Amino acid sequence: MSRVGKYHVALVAVAALILLMSLVRVVSGQNDITSSGTFAAALLLAVPIGLAGLGGLWAERAGVVNIGLEGMMVLGTWFAGWAGYQWGPVAALLAGLLGGALGGLVHAIATVSFGVDHIISGVAINLLGPGVTRFLSEVLFKEGTPAADAGAGITTSPAISSSAWQASLPLLSDGPDVLGRLEDTHWFLLADLAGILRGLTHNVSVLVILAVLLLPLTFFVLWHTAFGLRLRSVGENPWAAESLGVDVYRIKYIAVIISGAFAGLGGVFLVFVSTKYVEGQTAGRGFIGLAAMIFGNWRPGGLAAGAALFGYADGLQLRSSGAVTSFFLFGAVLLLVYLGLQVRRLTVSDRPAELAARGTREYTLMALAAAGMVVLFWLWLTVDQLPNEFVFITPHVLTLLVLLVASQRLRMPKADGVRYRRGEQH
Amino acid sequence: MSADTLATAKPAVELEGITKRFPGVVANHDIRITVQPGTVHAIVGENGAGKSTLMKILYGMQKPDEGTIKVGGAEVSFRTPSDAIGAGIGMVHQHFMLADNLTVLENIVLGAEPKRLGLLDTAAARARIIELAQDHGLRVDPDRLVEDLGVGDRQRVEILKVLYRGARILILDEPTAVLVPQEVEELFQNLRRLKSEGLTVIFISHKLDEVLDIANAITVIRRGTTVASVNPADVTARQLAELMVGSELPTPETRESTVTDRVALKVTGVTMEADGHRPAPNDTGYLDRLREEGKRLLLDDVSFEIHEGEILGIAGVEGNGQSELIEAIMGIRPAHGSVELGGRDISGWSTLRRRESGIGYIPEDRHRQGLLLEASLWENRVLGHQTRPPARRGIWVNRRAARADTERIVKDYDVRTPSVDTLALALSGGNQQKLIVGREMSGEPKLLIAAHPTRGVDVGAQAAIWDHLREARAAGLAVLLISADLDELIGLSDSLRVIYRGRLVAALDPSHLTPERLGGYMTGAIADTEET
Amino acid sequence: MPAGLNRALLTLVGAVIAILLAIAISSVAIIAAGASPLAALGAFFDFGSRPATVANGIATFLNRAVPLFIAGLAVAVGFRMNLFNIGVEGQYRLAGIVAAYVGSTFTAPAPIQIAVIIVVAAAVGGLYALIPAVMKVTRGVNEVIATIMLNYVAINLASYLVRGPFSGPRAEGSLNTTTPELPESAMFPNLNFIFDWFGQPEPTRGGGVWGFLIGAVVLGVLVWVVLERTRFGFSIKASGLNGQAALASGVDPKKMTIAAMVLSGAIAGLISLPELLGDKGAYTSTFTAGLGFLGIAVALLGRNKPVGIAFAALLFAFLDRAQGALQFADVPASVITIIQGMIVLLVVVANEVTNRFANRLEERRAAQQLGRNIPVEVGA
Repeated sequence: MSRVGKYHVALVAVAALILLMSLVRVVSGQNDITSSGTFAAALLLAVPIGLAGLGGLWAERAGVVNIGLEGMMVLGTWFAGWAGYQWGPVAALLAGLLGGALGGLVHAIATVSFGVDHIISGVAINLLGPGVTRFLSEVLFKEGTPAADAGAGITTSPAISSSAWQASLPLLSDGPDVLGRLEDTHWFLLADLAGILRGLTHNVSVLVILAVLLLPLTFFVLWHTAFGLRLRSVGENPWAAESLGVDVYRIKYIAVIISGAFAGLGGVFLVFVSTKYVEGQTAGRGFIGLAAMIFGNWRPGGLAAGAALFGYADGLQLRSSGAVTSFFLFGAVLLLVYLGLQVRRLTVSDRPAELAARGTREYTLMALAAAGMVVLFWLWLTVDQLPNEFVFITPHVLTLLVLLVASQRLRMPKADGVRYRRGEQH
Repeated sequence: MSADTLATAKPAVELEGITKRFPGVVANHDIRITVQPGTVHAIVGENGAGKSTLMKILYGMQKPDEGTIKVGGAEVSFRTPSDAIGAGIGMVHQHFMLADNLTVLENIVLGAEPKRLGLLDTAAARARIIELAQDHGLRVDPDRLVEDLGVGDRQRVEILKVLYRGARILILDEPTAVLVPQEVEELFQNLRRLKSEGLTVIFISHKLDEVLDIANAITVIRRGTTVASVNPADVTARQLAELMVGSELPTPETRESTVTDRVALKVTGVTMEADGHRPAPNDTGYLDRLREEGKRLLLDDVSFEIHEGEILGIAGVEGNGQSELIEAIMGIRPAHGSVELGGRDISGWSTLRRRESGIGYIPEDRHRQGLLLEASLWENRVLGHQTRPPARRGIWVNRRAARADTERIVKDYDVRTPSVDTLALALSGGNQQKLIVGREMSGEPKLLIAAHPTRGVDVGAQAAIWDHLREARAAGLAVLLISADLDELIGLSDSLRVIYRGRLVAALDPSHLTPERLGGYMTGAIADTEET
Repeated sequence: MPAGLNRALLTLVGAVIAILLAIAISSVAIIAAGASPLAALGAFFDFGSRPATVANGIATFLNRAVPLFIAGLAVAVGFRMNLFNIGVEGQYRLAGIVAAYVGSTFTAPAPIQIAVIIVVAAAVGGLYALIPAVMKVTRGVNEVIATIMLNYVAINLASYLVRGPFSGPRAEGSLNTTTPELPESAMFPNLNFIFDWFGQPEPTRGGGVWGFLIGAVVLGVLVWVVLERTRFGFSIKASGLNGQAALASGVDPKKMTIAAMVLSGAIAGLISLPELLGDKGAYTSTFTAGLGFLGIAVALLGRNKPVGIAFAALLFAFLDRAQGALQFADVPASVITIIQGMIVLLVVVANEVTNRFANRLEERRAAQQLGRNIPVEVGA
């Protein structure tokens, strides 16, 4: 499929998704499904995941699996908190980037120079990251230090001196706030569109804008510069790159350090949101970022979709846990659509021979889908509120489902995770 | 054009006294080669003679321990391939060095990207590639993914990669190994054209006919050192071969037939789909429908029988379904059709059960499929026999018996090793292969599948392995021999089948056959099926 | 078997150097923090001045080592065939709570009661590990990412179960949710009598030395036997060293993946039992967490071999025990995590280096003993 074709499919899919959400909202009466508040929260929650995912993308496109993103992110949060309370947000940003990059450097030394298994090194970094930050907290934030006087504790830094500047779209999300009014009408589709747009444009922090811009920037660097070409070639076939004089070690080092910096930036973002470093505030987002990247088939666009999914699930749950049950309805409608498409294919199909060959399997699948639809619908009618724990696991279960359905279509860089040594061809 | 007319010009490449040692081994010793500009200079030698090491030295991938390299008269010292590229040397690797998920254009410009304002200037690159392609008669489509290209196309991409960097000296490492004859012819035309444009080609091969066809000068390497430089006009293939091996060629000879009338293996209508196996519905029309729909079949209705005491050779250019045929018989990959061993239908059996019932397998790539490199020899003896004596005792591995039996193999098959506890990776290729042959002959197999049994082993080991195969055949073993070495195939086989695009296209009698005729079938040049 | 001995010695030397290096780096950190590395070193060996505190220290040390050892074994079974079971964390928590609940629902004679709890725990762990195994085998889903996701699911599920369906009566004034108390017959007898042999006072804290220590030793021997001596263990090793070769020699990679993963999960299911049956008697919301992740480190440190894992678990437990002593010595206790992390990282690096070195040594030795020039094919 050509690029334009893919682009169109993506647009149609997004449109269909919004339509579906609108439908579910109207039927269930849960306005939070597409409210600007939900989407604003989703955006905030998606950004750190997306940044971690970008970190993963940079490393894995260069052939280094980075499961240590979580540890690097932790380093990012601590350094941001530590520098932020003393010298302000810009210092926090830089320190967080550096902290994450430091984690990346360790990972690069272990995997690239010493050829340690990438997963193993990542696990060690996930152990080291929290350990080092805890140690630093115990030394620098303990009773009697200047930081403690400024409000630090053993698990938190003092608050960052000033918060980042925010922007809104004039007229639409600000002032007359056309979108906000439109949203309040709760009209079918229109209000939903307005809610989504307003959520994404009202009072958006500059950092969010910057973070979102990093997606196209990454795409641009990786796919349209000489450096990006070299980086991708190293992840596909490092021996080919080596034979053409590309310094594979250097590229891998740069990629993994940038990867760490991205993870660190994700940490910085978390610190800005809660205005200080809090131990454990990454809450596994490094891993989720990795999942988002795999979900997105090692491409920036797909990664963004994955991060958005996680962010949305979290955001909706935060805003209104009741709305989450609507997703039973959502799932039921999705299955209904699938069934409709299948039935149509069966009736229109002009190749009975094909049918005979594959019929049983397809009918089983359809029967399962129908049963699932009934169950989901029944759940939607009967369950008022899900225990929080079930809400938390929704994105993880979704990721597992996506992996189950799509993992054979995913195309990871061919030399991803492969041990490369200079001069040793495979 | 003879080399003499160019004698006044400075040699394109001069190697003097090149020596390279690896731990415990001298790979190259006192190599001396002089390559004249504007010629095709062939370097011939057996597998493992040290050609590849030499080329890696010339291309800056390894540093020589001693000796000097001169390019165009000036002494050079390469630390990395970039240095070699800078001196105008380009290398076309035997195993293509291409990134599958990148386009042809990206593969070509990689490492020497044209930039504009810091960006990759794809327009300029495309123009340059198309221009180069037209100038040298190499057709490519710059925007296709390499993943989708065939072997010949990939090789042209490799050559363009080198030309794109402005190389005046091209090293081609075994370029014809993966090509069908038509593609070889096209390659040679390309090379002649490059030569006529003044470029120098260093052509590494062990296919002597091809060398005599294309080269202006030939240097022979044996056991890591240069033994002769000859003019192709003055030598025959036979003489070259003698220079290469240093003695008479080990000629495989057929002794009297030991073929019995008892069928050991019967393969009927084996068919394998390219895009995933689906269990066939019971009606027999399913495969016909696949063919009608133009689905790609890796194996298409393959049927044959092997009798006890018979060696059946499968000839064919690599990649025509040989590996798939083995996988189908071994039960590694599902296929349609039936396989019978000694009269029992084993189509539904697992690989393990097939092995237990008497199939031995010498895999085509011993490092990939045949050995646990980081395990001891006796553990490698257990591999594939873990459910049978002597390796098995109930749920346990019988370590003592396995060791003892490995000692037997080491003795009987002349595996040169310090002990049976040595790791397999410490052995030379020939000794590893002898161990595998010994293992697969253990436990009285009824059928032996031997895929390229002497690939990459030294002459001594080759002769020994051939002897073992003949002895086993005489003892009533049925052997399915798959090889790219036509001498081996013709010399060992009692009967031959030719595989072409997943079909057995000919059944031939090896005693009344020339390599030329066999080649005709292998390349599809002779299309109609012939029975003897 | 001098070749093997050589290799083992090299490995040991590598590990020792790595550990010394880790201590050196941590010392630098301690100095930078304004404390004394010597004081820290003293703290690690300071088990207290009175015999009673020493006994408690030893008990804490051993009680920490036991679950770490089991966790290391669980991870190692997967690692041996290149399966990364990152999901040990989730598997043991889920198994722990289910076993604690099931065990509390009935009362039987001690051996039966305990056996049922063990079987339930192993079954739950194994079944939970079956999910990523089946996903990998049928759909090719990478087990690393699947087990990471399943960890979140399991941890949330466990906290829901302990709060909801499996919750028992809560103690007066306690904020912790817990499963119902296990009957007395479920509690594993402790090993405090060993202290009597030496005329020392028995430990008093945390239920003394947990009897499950014996169970762990038995488990370790069992795992060693299975991995090193049986055909199943051979198949696992072959699959790990060269999957293609294993496939060609009749090892079914799908079956092996499922078997190894389930075995790994079943062992993981036992991780919480020492604490459950030796001390707590119920699964509470404050149950020791993070053992699964530490198990990965322990397995790596022990090179996936039961004996190595035992030493690694003891080392980690020894370090962890000093938590309190370090604070007394004015050294940040988190230096323990740093030492542990550094050790893991440096040991895997050392493994890599010594392995390469040992292989080269062996090649050279073989070449020398044969005393002739073997033409090698280098690379292609």
